[in-house]
Amino acid sequence: MEKNKKISPFVKGLRDGLPIGAGYFAVAFGLGIAAQQTGMTPLQGFIMSFFNHASAGEYAGIAAIRSGAAYLETAMLILIANARYLLMSTALSQKLSPNLSLFHRLLIGFSITDELFGIGIAYPGFLDPFYMYGTFLTTTPLWASGTAIGITAGNILPDIVVRSLSAAIYGMFIAVIIPPCRTNRNITIVVLVSFALSWLMSVIPAFASISEGFRIIILTLIISSLAAFFMPLPEEEVTTA
Amino acid sequence: MNRNILAYLFVMSLVSFIIRVLPVTLIRRQIKNRFIRSLLFYLPYATLAVMTFPAILSISENPLCGAAAFAASLLTAWFTKNLFLSAIFGCAAAFLTALLI
Repeated sequence: MEKNKKISPFVKGLRDGLPIGAGYFAVAFGLGIAAQQTGMTPLQGFIMSFFNHASAGEYAGIAAIRSGAAYLETAMLILIANARYLLMSTALSQKLSPNLSLFHRLLIGFSITDELFGIGIAYPGFLDPFYMYGTFLTTTPLWASGTAIGITAGNILPDIVVRSLSAAIYGMFIAVIIPPCRTNRNITIVVLVSFALSWLMSVIPAFASISEGFRIIILTLIISSLAAFFMPLPEEEVTTA
Repeated sequence: MNRNILAYLFVMSLVSFIIRVLPVTLIRRQIKNRFIRSLLFYLPYATLAVMTFPAILSISENPLCGAAAFAASLLTAWFTKNLFLSAIFGCAAAFLTALLI
Protein backbone atom coordinates (compact mmCIF):
# COMPACT_ATOMS: atom_id res chain seq x y z
CA MET A 1 0.00 0.00 0.00
CA GLU A 2 2.84 2.42 0.86
CA LYS A 3 4.51 1.58 -2.41
CA ASN A 4 1.30 2.07 -4.38
CA LYS A 5 0.95 5.65 -3.17
CA LYS A 6 4.08 6.69 -5.07
CA ILE A 7 2.76 5.83 -8.52
CA SER A 8 0.01 7.82 -10.23
CA PRO A 9 -3.42 6.26 -10.81
CA PHE A 10 -2.78 6.47 -14.55
CA VAL A 11 0.43 4.43 -14.35
CA LYS A 12 -1.20 2.00 -11.95
CA GLY A 13 -4.01 1.62 -14.48
CA LEU A 14 -1.56 0.96 -17.30
CA ARG A 15 0.10 -1.70 -15.18
CA ASP A 16 -3.11 -3.36 -13.95
CA GLY A 17 -4.37 -3.43 -17.52
CA LEU A 18 -1.44 -5.46 -18.85
CA PRO A 19 -2.49 -8.94 -17.69
CA ILE A 20 -6.04 -8.19 -18.85
CA GLY A 21 -4.73 -7.00 -22.21
CA ALA A 22 -2.72 -10.21 -22.60
CA GLY A 23 -5.89 -12.24 -22.09
CA TYR A 24 -7.81 -9.93 -24.41
CA PHE A 25 -5.29 -10.43 -27.15
CA ALA A 26 -5.85 -14.20 -27.13
CA VAL A 27 -9.65 -13.96 -27.08
CA ALA A 28 -9.67 -11.20 -29.69
CA PHE A 29 -7.53 -13.43 -31.86
CA GLY A 30 -10.27 -16.07 -31.82
CA LEU A 31 -12.82 -13.36 -32.45
CA GLY A 32 -10.80 -12.29 -35.49
CA ILE A 33 -10.95 -15.81 -36.90
CA ALA A 34 -14.75 -15.72 -36.61
CA ALA A 35 -14.87 -12.22 -38.11
CA GLN A 36 -12.79 -13.36 -41.07
CA GLN A 37 -15.68 -15.57 -42.22
CA THR A 38 -17.87 -12.50 -42.80
CA GLY A 39 -15.31 -11.06 -45.20
CA MET A 40 -14.28 -8.42 -42.70
CA THR A 41 -10.89 -6.81 -43.34
CA PRO A 42 -8.29 -6.50 -40.55
CA LEU A 43 -8.91 -2.75 -40.40
CA GLN A 44 -12.66 -3.27 -40.06
CA GLY A 45 -11.98 -5.84 -37.34
CA PHE A 46 -9.80 -3.30 -35.52
CA ILE A 47 -12.55 -0.68 -35.76
CA MET A 48 -15.22 -3.13 -34.56
CA SER A 49 -13.17 -4.17 -31.55
CA PHE A 50 -11.96 -0.69 -30.65
CA PHE A 51 -15.49 0.71 -30.46
CA ASN A 52 -17.32 -2.33 -29.11
CA HIS A 53 -14.65 -4.04 -26.99
CA ALA A 54 -17.06 -6.74 -25.81
CA SER A 55 -16.58 -10.39 -26.70
CA ALA A 56 -20.22 -11.52 -26.42
CA GLY A 57 -21.49 -8.38 -28.15
CA GLU A 58 -19.03 -8.67 -30.99
CA TYR A 59 -19.78 -12.36 -31.49
CA ALA A 60 -23.47 -11.43 -31.70
CA GLY A 61 -22.63 -8.72 -34.25
CA ILE A 62 -20.53 -11.11 -36.33
CA ALA A 63 -23.40 -13.62 -36.35
CA ALA A 64 -25.77 -10.84 -37.47
CA ILE A 65 -23.47 -9.81 -40.30
CA ARG A 66 -22.97 -13.41 -41.35
CA SER A 67 -26.72 -14.06 -41.52
CA GLY A 68 -27.45 -10.71 -43.18
CA ALA A 69 -29.68 -9.55 -40.32
CA ALA A 70 -31.53 -6.24 -40.55
CA TYR A 71 -29.84 -3.29 -38.81
CA LEU A 72 -32.65 -3.03 -36.27
CA GLU A 73 -32.30 -6.72 -35.43
CA THR A 74 -28.54 -6.23 -35.11
CA ALA A 75 -29.14 -3.34 -32.72
CA MET A 76 -31.47 -5.52 -30.61
CA LEU A 77 -28.90 -8.33 -30.55
CA ILE A 78 -26.18 -5.96 -29.36
CA LEU A 79 -28.53 -4.51 -26.76
CA ILE A 80 -29.25 -7.99 -25.40
CA ALA A 81 -25.68 -9.23 -25.57
CA ASN A 82 -24.33 -6.08 -23.92
CA ALA A 83 -27.20 -5.20 -21.57
CA ARG A 84 -25.13 -6.14 -18.55
CA TYR A 85 -23.11 -2.98 -19.24
CA LEU A 86 -26.23 -1.02 -18.28
CA LEU A 87 -25.95 -2.64 -14.87
CA MET A 88 -22.19 -2.14 -14.69
CA SER A 89 -22.52 1.50 -15.76
CA THR A 90 -25.13 2.01 -13.04
CA ALA A 91 -22.84 0.43 -10.47
CA LEU A 92 -19.90 2.55 -11.64
CA SER A 93 -21.99 5.74 -11.34
CA GLN A 94 -21.87 5.07 -7.59
CA LYS A 95 -18.07 4.84 -7.65
CA LEU A 96 -17.64 8.33 -9.13
CA SER A 97 -17.31 11.65 -7.39
CA PRO A 98 -20.69 13.46 -7.79
CA ASN A 99 -18.75 16.44 -9.21
CA LEU A 100 -17.09 14.48 -11.99
CA SER A 101 -17.64 16.17 -15.37
CA LEU A 102 -19.77 14.82 -18.21
CA PHE A 103 -16.64 14.43 -20.34
CA HIS A 104 -15.01 12.06 -17.83
CA ARG A 105 -18.30 10.19 -17.37
CA LEU A 106 -18.62 9.62 -21.12
CA LEU A 107 -15.06 8.32 -21.35
CA ILE A 108 -15.39 6.11 -18.27
CA GLY A 109 -18.68 4.74 -19.60
CA PHE A 110 -17.12 4.05 -22.97
CA SER A 111 -14.22 2.18 -21.35
CA ILE A 112 -16.46 -0.34 -19.52
CA THR A 113 -15.73 -4.00 -20.16
CA ASP A 114 -16.36 -6.95 -17.86
CA GLU A 115 -12.77 -6.90 -16.67
CA LEU A 116 -12.23 -3.14 -16.45
CA PHE A 117 -15.49 -2.91 -14.54
CA GLY A 118 -14.15 -5.59 -12.21
CA ILE A 119 -10.98 -3.72 -11.35
CA GLY A 120 -12.70 -0.31 -11.51
CA ILE A 121 -15.24 -1.35 -8.90
CA ALA A 122 -12.42 -2.71 -6.72
CA TYR A 123 -10.63 0.69 -6.78
CA PRO A 124 -10.49 2.12 -3.25
CA GLY A 125 -12.82 5.12 -2.73
CA PHE A 126 -14.03 7.20 -5.67
CA LEU A 127 -12.84 5.82 -8.99
CA ASP A 128 -10.08 7.98 -10.48
CA PRO A 129 -10.87 8.57 -14.19
CA PHE A 130 -7.19 8.39 -15.07
CA TYR A 131 -6.91 4.94 -13.54
CA MET A 132 -9.61 3.80 -15.96
CA TYR A 133 -7.90 5.54 -18.89
CA GLY A 134 -4.66 3.75 -18.00
CA THR A 135 -6.37 0.36 -17.99
CA PHE A 136 -8.20 1.25 -21.21
CA LEU A 137 -4.97 2.19 -22.98
CA THR A 138 -3.23 -1.11 -22.26
CA THR A 139 -6.26 -3.30 -22.91
CA THR A 140 -8.36 -1.97 -25.79
CA PRO A 141 -5.54 -1.52 -28.35
CA LEU A 142 -4.51 -5.11 -27.60
CA TRP A 143 -8.12 -6.24 -27.96
CA ALA A 144 -8.49 -4.38 -31.26
CA SER A 145 -5.13 -5.45 -32.71
CA GLY A 146 -5.76 -9.02 -31.53
CA THR A 147 -8.90 -9.03 -33.65
CA ALA A 148 -7.07 -7.60 -36.66
CA ILE A 149 -4.23 -10.09 -36.32
CA GLY A 150 -6.70 -12.95 -35.84
CA ILE A 151 -8.35 -12.01 -39.13
CA THR A 152 -4.97 -11.80 -40.85
CA ALA A 153 -3.37 -14.85 -39.36
CA GLY A 154 -6.40 -17.12 -39.56
CA ASN A 155 -5.32 -20.49 -38.36
CA ILE A 156 -1.52 -20.15 -38.20
CA LEU A 157 -1.34 -20.81 -34.46
CA PRO A 158 -2.24 -24.35 -33.43
CA ASP A 159 -5.80 -24.61 -32.21
CA ILE A 160 -4.68 -26.10 -28.90
CA VAL A 161 -2.68 -22.97 -28.06
CA VAL A 162 -5.48 -20.55 -28.94
CA ARG A 163 -7.98 -22.56 -26.91
CA SER A 164 -5.68 -22.74 -23.90
CA LEU A 165 -5.05 -19.00 -24.01
CA SER A 166 -8.77 -18.37 -23.96
CA ALA A 167 -8.82 -19.63 -20.35
CA ALA A 168 -6.99 -16.41 -19.38
CA ILE A 169 -10.09 -14.24 -19.34
CA TYR A 170 -11.84 -16.60 -16.92
CA GLY A 171 -8.74 -16.78 -14.74
CA MET A 172 -9.03 -13.01 -14.40
CA PHE A 173 -12.73 -13.07 -13.55
CA ILE A 174 -11.92 -15.66 -10.91
CA ALA A 175 -9.10 -13.54 -9.50
CA VAL A 176 -11.60 -10.69 -9.02
CA ILE A 177 -14.35 -12.67 -7.30
CA ILE A 178 -12.49 -15.30 -5.27
CA PRO A 179 -10.05 -13.40 -2.98
CA PRO A 180 -12.88 -11.43 -1.25
CA CYS A 181 -14.51 -14.81 -0.46
CA ARG A 182 -11.74 -15.45 2.04
CA THR A 183 -13.05 -12.72 4.33
CA ASN A 184 -16.69 -12.19 3.30
CA ARG A 185 -19.09 -15.09 3.75
CA ASN A 186 -21.92 -13.31 1.87
CA ILE A 187 -19.78 -12.89 -1.24
CA THR A 188 -18.88 -16.58 -1.02
CA ILE A 189 -22.58 -17.47 -1.01
CA VAL A 190 -23.30 -15.20 -3.99
CA VAL A 191 -20.39 -16.65 -5.99
CA LEU A 192 -21.29 -20.28 -5.26
CA VAL A 193 -24.99 -19.76 -5.98
CA SER A 194 -24.09 -17.94 -9.21
CA PHE A 195 -21.86 -20.81 -10.35
CA ALA A 196 -24.56 -23.36 -9.52
CA LEU A 197 -27.56 -21.57 -11.08
CA SER A 198 -25.59 -20.59 -14.16
CA TRP A 199 -24.63 -24.22 -14.65
CA LEU A 200 -28.21 -25.39 -14.03
CA MET A 201 -29.62 -22.94 -16.56
CA SER A 202 -27.17 -24.15 -19.20
CA VAL A 203 -28.13 -27.79 -18.58
CA ILE A 204 -31.92 -27.65 -18.17
CA PRO A 205 -33.34 -27.79 -21.72
CA ALA A 206 -36.07 -25.19 -21.10
CA PHE A 207 -33.42 -22.60 -20.17
CA ALA A 208 -30.53 -23.72 -22.36
CA SER A 209 -32.05 -22.05 -25.42
CA ILE A 210 -31.91 -18.64 -23.71
CA SER A 211 -29.06 -16.60 -25.16
CA GLU A 212 -25.94 -16.22 -23.07
CA GLY A 213 -26.50 -12.49 -22.76
CA PHE A 214 -30.01 -12.93 -21.40
CA ARG A 215 -28.90 -15.68 -19.05
CA ILE A 216 -26.30 -13.36 -17.58
CA ILE A 217 -28.84 -10.53 -17.14
CA ILE A 218 -31.56 -12.69 -15.59
CA LEU A 219 -29.29 -14.55 -13.18
CA THR A 220 -27.35 -11.44 -12.17
CA LEU A 221 -30.53 -9.54 -11.34
CA ILE A 222 -32.16 -12.41 -9.46
CA ILE A 223 -29.10 -13.44 -7.45
CA SER A 224 -28.00 -9.93 -6.50
CA SER A 225 -31.58 -8.94 -5.60
CA LEU A 226 -31.96 -11.94 -3.31
CA ALA A 227 -28.54 -11.29 -1.78
CA ALA A 228 -29.38 -7.61 -1.21
CA PHE A 229 -32.71 -8.58 0.35
CA PHE A 230 -31.51 -11.35 2.63
CA MET A 231 -27.95 -10.14 3.29
CA PRO A 232 -28.09 -6.31 3.11
CA LEU A 233 -24.96 -4.33 3.79
CA PRO A 234 -24.72 -2.97 7.35
CA GLU A 235 -25.93 0.65 7.62
CA GLU A 236 -22.41 1.94 8.32
CA GLU A 237 -21.07 0.58 5.07
CA VAL A 238 -24.11 1.88 3.26
CA THR A 239 -23.27 5.49 4.06
CA THR A 240 -19.60 5.32 3.07
CA ALA A 241 -18.54 5.27 -0.55
CA MET B 1 -20.19 -5.75 -49.12
CA ASN B 2 -17.53 -3.55 -47.54
CA ARG B 3 -19.86 -0.60 -47.13
CA ASN B 4 -22.44 -2.99 -45.70
CA ILE B 5 -20.04 -4.19 -43.02
CA LEU B 6 -19.18 -0.62 -42.06
CA ALA B 7 -22.90 0.09 -41.58
CA TYR B 8 -23.18 -2.96 -39.30
CA LEU B 9 -20.12 -1.83 -37.37
CA PHE B 10 -21.66 1.62 -36.94
CA VAL B 11 -24.92 0.17 -35.57
CA MET B 12 -23.03 -2.15 -33.20
CA SER B 13 -20.73 0.61 -31.95
CA LEU B 14 -23.54 3.11 -31.47
CA VAL B 15 -25.69 0.72 -29.40
CA SER B 16 -22.67 -0.39 -27.35
CA PHE B 17 -21.76 3.23 -26.66
CA ILE B 18 -25.26 4.28 -25.59
CA ILE B 19 -25.63 1.29 -23.25
CA ARG B 20 -22.31 2.05 -21.59
CA VAL B 21 -22.60 5.80 -21.10
CA LEU B 22 -26.29 6.34 -20.35
CA PRO B 23 -26.43 5.25 -16.68
CA VAL B 24 -23.02 6.61 -15.72
CA THR B 25 -23.83 10.06 -17.14
CA LEU B 26 -27.45 10.29 -15.94
CA ILE B 27 -27.04 9.02 -12.37
CA ARG B 28 -25.12 11.65 -10.43
CA ARG B 29 -26.36 11.47 -6.87
CA GLN B 30 -25.10 8.95 -4.38
CA ILE B 31 -27.80 6.32 -4.00
CA LYS B 32 -28.89 6.20 -0.35
CA ASN B 33 -31.33 3.32 -0.59
CA ARG B 34 -29.92 0.40 1.38
CA PHE B 35 -31.38 -2.28 -0.90
CA ILE B 36 -30.02 -0.70 -4.07
CA ARG B 37 -26.59 -0.15 -2.55
CA SER B 38 -26.50 -3.76 -1.41
CA LEU B 39 -27.68 -4.87 -4.85
CA LEU B 40 -24.90 -2.92 -6.54
CA PHE B 41 -22.38 -4.35 -4.07
CA TYR B 42 -23.28 -7.95 -4.96
CA LEU B 43 -23.86 -7.36 -8.66
CA PRO B 44 -20.28 -7.62 -9.94
CA TYR B 45 -19.67 -10.87 -8.07
CA ALA B 46 -22.85 -12.44 -9.46
CA THR B 47 -22.20 -11.21 -13.01
CA LEU B 48 -18.59 -12.33 -13.16
CA ALA B 49 -19.37 -15.70 -11.55
CA VAL B 50 -22.27 -16.33 -13.94
CA MET B 51 -20.09 -15.41 -16.92
CA THR B 52 -17.24 -17.64 -15.77
CA PHE B 53 -19.10 -20.85 -15.12
CA PRO B 54 -19.97 -22.97 -17.03
CA ALA B 55 -18.61 -20.89 -19.98
CA ILE B 56 -15.04 -21.84 -19.01
CA LEU B 57 -15.89 -25.48 -19.78
CA SER B 58 -16.45 -24.52 -23.43
CA ILE B 59 -12.94 -23.27 -24.20
CA SER B 60 -12.20 -26.66 -25.74
CA GLU B 61 -14.25 -29.53 -27.20
CA ASN B 62 -13.32 -31.53 -24.10
CA PRO B 63 -14.77 -29.88 -20.97
CA LEU B 64 -11.90 -31.36 -18.93
CA CYS B 65 -9.57 -28.64 -20.28
CA GLY B 66 -11.84 -25.90 -18.99
CA ALA B 67 -12.43 -27.77 -15.74
CA ALA B 68 -8.67 -27.97 -15.17
CA ALA B 69 -8.32 -24.26 -15.94
CA PHE B 70 -11.20 -23.50 -13.57
CA ALA B 71 -9.65 -25.49 -10.72
CA ALA B 72 -6.18 -24.03 -11.30
CA SER B 73 -7.46 -20.44 -11.41
CA LEU B 74 -9.65 -20.94 -8.33
CA LEU B 75 -6.73 -22.28 -6.29
CA THR B 76 -4.29 -19.65 -7.57
CA ALA B 77 -6.71 -16.78 -6.93
CA TRP B 78 -7.50 -18.08 -3.45
CA PHE B 79 -3.88 -18.45 -2.39
CA THR B 80 -2.08 -15.66 -4.29
CA LYS B 81 -4.89 -13.10 -4.96
CA ASN B 82 -2.92 -12.38 -8.15
CA LEU B 83 -4.80 -11.65 -11.39
CA PHE B 84 -1.92 -12.45 -13.69
CA LEU B 85 -0.91 -15.72 -11.99
CA SER B 86 -4.52 -16.84 -11.89
CA ALA B 87 -4.78 -16.36 -15.66
CA ILE B 88 -1.41 -17.96 -16.42
CA PHE B 89 -2.02 -21.06 -14.31
CA GLY B 90 -5.49 -21.41 -15.82
CA CYS B 91 -4.03 -21.35 -19.35
CA ALA B 92 -1.23 -23.73 -18.40
CA ALA B 93 -3.68 -26.21 -16.84
CA ALA B 94 -5.88 -26.10 -19.95
CA PHE B 95 -2.87 -26.62 -22.21
CA LEU B 96 -1.41 -29.51 -20.19
CA THR B 97 -4.79 -31.20 -19.99
CA ALA B 98 -5.22 -30.85 -23.75
CA LEU B 99 -1.80 -32.46 -24.26
CA LEU B 100 -2.64 -35.37 -21.96
CA ILE B 101 -5.99 -36.29 -23.45
